[in-house]
Amino acid sequence: MKEHLDLLREMVRIRRFEERCAELYSSAQIRGFLHLYVGEEAVAAGVVSELDPQDAVVSTYRDHGHALARGVPMDAVMAEMFGKVTGCSRGRGGSMHLFDASHRFFGGNAIVGGGLPVAAGLALAHVMRGEPRVVACFFGEGAAAEGEFHEVLNLAALWRLPVLFCCENNMYAMGTAFAKEHAAGDLALRASSYGLAAWSVDGMDVLAVKESARRATESIRAGGGPCLLELRTYRFRAHSMYDPERYREKAEVTQWRHLDPIDRLVEVMRPEFTDDELGAIEAEVSVEIDHAVATAETADLEPVTDLTRFVTSEVSP
Amino acid sequence: MSAPKMTMAQAINTALRDAIAEDDSVVVFGEDVAQLGGVFRVTDGLHQEFGESRVFDTPLAESGIVGMAVGMAMNGMRPVVEMQFDAFAYPAFEQIVSHVAKLGNRTRGKVRLPIVIRIPYAGGIGGVEHHCDSSEAYYAHTPGLTVVAPATNADAYGLLRAAIAGSDPVVFLEPKKHYFAKEEVDVSVPVPPIGRAVVRRPGRDATLIAYGPSVPVALAAAEQAATEGRDLGVVDLRSIVPFDDETVCAEVRRTGRAVVVAEAPGFASVASEIAARVGERCFHHLEAPVRRVTGFDVPYPPPKLEHHFLPGVDRILDAVDTLQWEDEVA
Repeated sequence: MKEHLDLLREMVRIRRFEERCAELYSSAQIRGFLHLYVGEEAVAAGVVSELDPQDAVVSTYRDHGHALARGVPMDAVMAEMFGKVTGCSRGRGGSMHLFDASHRFFGGNAIVGGGLPVAAGLALAHVMRGEPRVVACFFGEGAAAEGEFHEVLNLAALWRLPVLFCCENNMYAMGTAFAKEHAAGDLALRASSYGLAAWSVDGMDVLAVKESARRATESIRAGGGPCLLELRTYRFRAHSMYDPERYREKAEVTQWRHLDPIDRLVEVMRPEFTDDELGAIEAEVSVEIDHAVATAETADLEPVTDLTRFVTSEVSP
Repeated sequence: MSAPKMTMAQAINTALRDAIAEDDSVVVFGEDVAQLGGVFRVTDGLHQEFGESRVFDTPLAESGIVGMAVGMAMNGMRPVVEMQFDAFAYPAFEQIVSHVAKLGNRTRGKVRLPIVIRIPYAGGIGGVEHHCDSSEAYYAHTPGLTVVAPATNADAYGLLRAAIAGSDPVVFLEPKKHYFAKEEVDVSVPVPPIGRAVVRRPGRDATLIAYGPSVPVALAAAEQAATEGRDLGVVDLRSIVPFDDETVCAEVRRTGRAVVVAEAPGFASVASEIAARVGERCFHHLEAPVRRVTGFDVPYPPPKLEHHFLPGVDRILDAVDTLQWEDEVA
């Protein structure tokens, strides 16, 4: 039950955090681009729950869930959304480039597929130093059409790098449906053809995600080489805040909303788990979010005198 | 006692060997760099000497190679990667421009990437397009990248050691036509740091500004000019980024005339940037507009035509002739 509660709390945190972000975006307190993970929370919560603190995480531009699940403090994430100096990247990374090396969170990445080679490099360094760590590398099914996906799956399998590739298949590469983008539909089969273990998972079932992540990380830690999980999931909201969603029917979204990973876990936890307990989690999360917003609002922007700093290291010759 | 003679390939090889031996975090990898010793044999013997864990071959996957270097550098290593030819680095452009160059800035200095990307570059070997590109402007235009182009074998050694030991990513452009030219190199004598230009030849009448493979051409032009009564100086930039305005402008202010020599096509080039900077900073000292002698605005031509494309002594001296000397005589 403790395990279930932790997973539920994490998914609720991510869901409510992002709902608040959407409101703050509409009121222009958050600027730039905003890609919400709503509906996909089971993937981040389930996979990251199987990682050790010393394992590494590489993310995508839809990175809020991964960062929060990883333990990057919500205050620092929210301040980063606001572009404030107290953000995890002093406000310079923004929504798509959350980064916190102290939590072994090696970044969101605005370039689709751009994080895959980085994950391989992190893993190679672990191997060279004899450190038994796993790198969890998140990317979407759209990235599976990019060249870097093929380069890196081959490299990782060739050198048996300890990487857990987590393909979040939410069925749309922005506005392009899976079937319009991939000639061969089975991503696990595609990954297997590079010589790594791969299988598909119901990404709307956090317990199934966790169980698969456990099996995969165990295998990787035992020296079995990289694994790929195709996590079949769905984003309930638009790709970004500017997306009119012309590429899918409302009925399809409604259908998937019936598979809401939060509701499904609550169902599993009934009847022992009560409405009061759920309310307590919601209240706790609400306090955390309020605090994050309040501290982000009052924080400063990076001073304009720092505009041209940090491009290179500031060591005098 | 004179220092031993070595080729630029040997000087770079020695720099890599010394860096690997000195620092456990230095690793060298790329296409054919291990068993074969590189397409130009620059990494010859390193794999045999240091083993697979320090020097290793990769599949043909340039973006993967550079992206892995990012991950390794974030995890405490000092990767030195080789792109086999200048244009072979373009598939890695995404990683170089979007991540290698920007991560330090994006994390406001919390992460630094000590990565060296070695690229055999420029022409003059009877190669063809994709194998003779002068690609420096792409990198120089991208904030966050240090761009180094040695012209001498001693600099090839010293600047590469400095690049590997530094904290920022460096695109290290090796003029491939000089790989097999021998010069005396005393590796125990330190060279000036990255970011410092060097006056290779002082001159009274005009200043030739060059880097990488164009430095020897500029020196040859100055030799020729001397026999014709003109005293030309030559400044070797050594690094394009950071750019040493101080040394360049001091020379130009002294002579009042300048010609920039570079192999890359001239439009929107590093040569154009230099001409603009010198114009802005030295206007009242200039007797004539700064001239540029560059490659033409065409893709690199085939071997039998490349000597028409590359800046040579005659084209440099023709440009020098146009620097409004008649005004001075009058």
